[in-house]
Amino acid sequence: MVLSSLSEKLQETLRRLRSKGKLSEKDVEEALRQVKLALLEADVNFRVVKSFTDRVKARAVGQEVLNSLTPGQMVVKIVHQELTKLMGEQAEKLAVGDRTPYVYLLVGLQGAGKTTTVGKLGGLLKKQGRRPLLVAADVYRPAAAKQLQVLGEQLELPVYTGTEADPVAIARQAVARAEQTQRDVVLIDTAGRLHIDEELMAELAAIKQAVSPVEILLVVDAMTGQDAVTVAQGFHEKLGLTGLILTKLDSDTRGGAALSIREVTGCPIKLVGMGEKLDELEVFHPDRLASRILGMGDVLTLIEKAEASIQAEQAKNLMQKIQKDQFTLDDFLEQMRQVQKMGPLDQLFAMLPGMKPKHLQGLEFDEKSFKHLTAIIQSMTPEERRNPQIINASRRKRIARGSGRPVQEVNRLLNQFEQSKKMMKQLGKLGKGGLPRLPFM
Amino acid sequence: MAGGFVSRLKTSLSKTRQKLLAPLEEAVLFHKKISPEFYEELEEILIMADVGYPTTALLLERLKERVKQEKVDQTGKVKAYLREIMIDLLTVPVPTGLEAEEPLALLVVGVNGVGKTTSIAKLTEYYKQQGKSCLLVAGDTFRAAAIDQLAIWSERLGVTLIRHQAGADPGAVAFDGITAANARKIDVAIFDTAGRLHTKVNLMSELQKIKRVVNQNSGGRKLLTLLVLDATTGQNALSQVRTFHEAVGVDGIILTKLDGTARGGVVLAITAELGLPLLWLGVGEKVDDLKRFDPEEFVTSLFASED
Repeated sequence: MVLSSLSEKLQETLRRLRSKGKLSEKDVEEALRQVKLALLEADVNFRVVKSFTDRVKARAVGQEVLNSLTPGQMVVKIVHQELTKLMGEQAEKLAVGDRTPYVYLLVGLQGAGKTTTVGKLGGLLKKQGRRPLLVAADVYRPAAAKQLQVLGEQLELPVYTGTEADPVAIARQAVARAEQTQRDVVLIDTAGRLHIDEELMAELAAIKQAVSPVEILLVVDAMTGQDAVTVAQGFHEKLGLTGLILTKLDSDTRGGAALSIREVTGCPIKLVGMGEKLDELEVFHPDRLASRILGMGDVLTLIEKAEASIQAEQAKNLMQKIQKDQFTLDDFLEQMRQVQKMGPLDQLFAMLPGMKPKHLQGLEFDEKSFKHLTAIIQSMTPEERRNPQIINASRRKRIARGSGRPVQEVNRLLNQFEQSKKMMKQLGKLGKGGLPRLPFM
Repeated sequence: MAGGFVSRLKTSLSKTRQKLLAPLEEAVLFHKKISPEFYEELEEILIMADVGYPTTALLLERLKERVKQEKVDQTGKVKAYLREIMIDLLTVPVPTGLEAEEPLALLVVGVNGVGKTTSIAKLTEYYKQQGKSCLLVAGDTFRAAAIDQLAIWSERLGVTLIRHQAGADPGAVAFDGITAANARKIDVAIFDTAGRLHTKVNLMSELQKIKRVVNQNSGGRKLLTLLVLDATTGQNALSQVRTFHEAVGVDGIILTKLDGTARGGVVLAITAELGLPLLWLGVGEKVDDLKRFDPEEFVTSLFASED
């Protein structure tokens, strides 16, 4: 409810911006006001939003608006590019130490999902042929060590729990143990703690000192709100983080916290947790999260598709053909291909601003039947495609055999073609010089 | 003792206060006269406190109305108005039976990592202090060692724990739990459940089943479903509350981890949009760090001046 009202508001603003040529300051400001709200709704930190939109504004004002886009869409396009850039252009790999065993230290607030992530990461590294040792250095939460032991059993990985109540000692001993047992990477699970808890933060610093980890990974709940910045800064200042792991991204959160943290720490997001199962830890895709945070997937997809597909020139030719009644089955096929390139039709139509689900009822956009239609048309001779009137009963049978479809379907296609030709002629008269019409509407 | 708690709540909320109030004071001082720019700044301040866009809009709308009514044009009055509007927003009916005057069953639900088990320990301590007998039911049979975690708590608190093996059917555990509680005439039976993301449909149906089992065997015992929320959560908290409420019916909310730098803003959004009462606040790691929520006290501590 909330989201949809916001996205409606956004679309409205974007539609209002209609000036041509270069992006004016006013266009950019109006569109950015909406972008700002969208980012705030996604829990991106307010200050981050502000500095980000300022940067975008500086880049966007004065830019040429691409022909196929409205100024509003153009701004969103730039926003998305900048957002992706900010999230890191590509997936970043975990560091590997010069000598084994090397240590990964996982830290974070209570309930972020550290223990589960240590298990998942162990499984992932094992699959890559590494020999991880899991270490339970959470001596505070009841049964935390037991939890890691259970995960270790499930993954068939050794777990070191130590005998002491001192996490620093446990960490140090674990590295020694890894050396003795030829484990090459040591994953240390630490107790959840508040970034403002001086004592516990000092403990982490001591662990870092003792075992010199090659990765200090902050585990962050993707549903975190505005506070994410404070938390990440707290950990980063005291420990010097090397990367982030974003958990619970299988929820319906927009995940703006990731952007905030990335901005204030500069640390890359390395992995994302996508479920409760132990293999549900994935490589991070910056562009996907950028779209999710912006929450304008619809607008973005439409922009992409409008850019990539139907070219203005082709559309003009088509209009002329329709008006002169020279529209052939070849054109029909070409049109279908264009449309198919844009993706599933029902989704495409759902993306058009102002399109409501009820408009889509009764329109069948079955991908499979598209393939069938293509097969039928391709089974015709060039002459038949130009001049369908010559297709008699025996030709119909041949076409049916050639395409592997029943004769009835061939008949139906020819009827449909005649009908759409008539319809298009009418539409063509209505929409002279306007947008190219799709032959199926 | 009570005074000690208030001051502890104050300290734990002081971060909240700084975040929400410092910019508010600044805005008031800077603008002096109420203007569209002033409102815009207020909007930003509220959103930064995780209040969320729709609720921020609602608060501002009410504020503007009030300002118009009172014919004020100075920003100085705004703080008092906003305080009243917030208290009004947060004041919603609380379910009866929460003090366990009659036998009570509490079903504790929430997404992963919000602090369900710890909250259960704190609730147990609270009811024990009130002289009530308690029984815990280890319904999280999924997460590794979740049962052990609750077992350690039940030992520390000296209360009975009803448990099955890991991986057992949580409905069966719930059945044993409610049956045992009734047979032993326990005042408060508290049911732990596995953390589940509200987006997992099958896990939400599992929860419905657990509730059904408890309900059908309640023997007239009052059942309240409490949703545990992490105060660090942003706007997704709304989605969590909405989905859990639709699936099993939520009677009230426990807000945890208020001892961090997290703000109370999300609370406003939840009561405003869903009308569900906030019942408890988790304000620390100790077992007695659980506080009954009081709108006036909460907002007062939000607005109290630094001292």
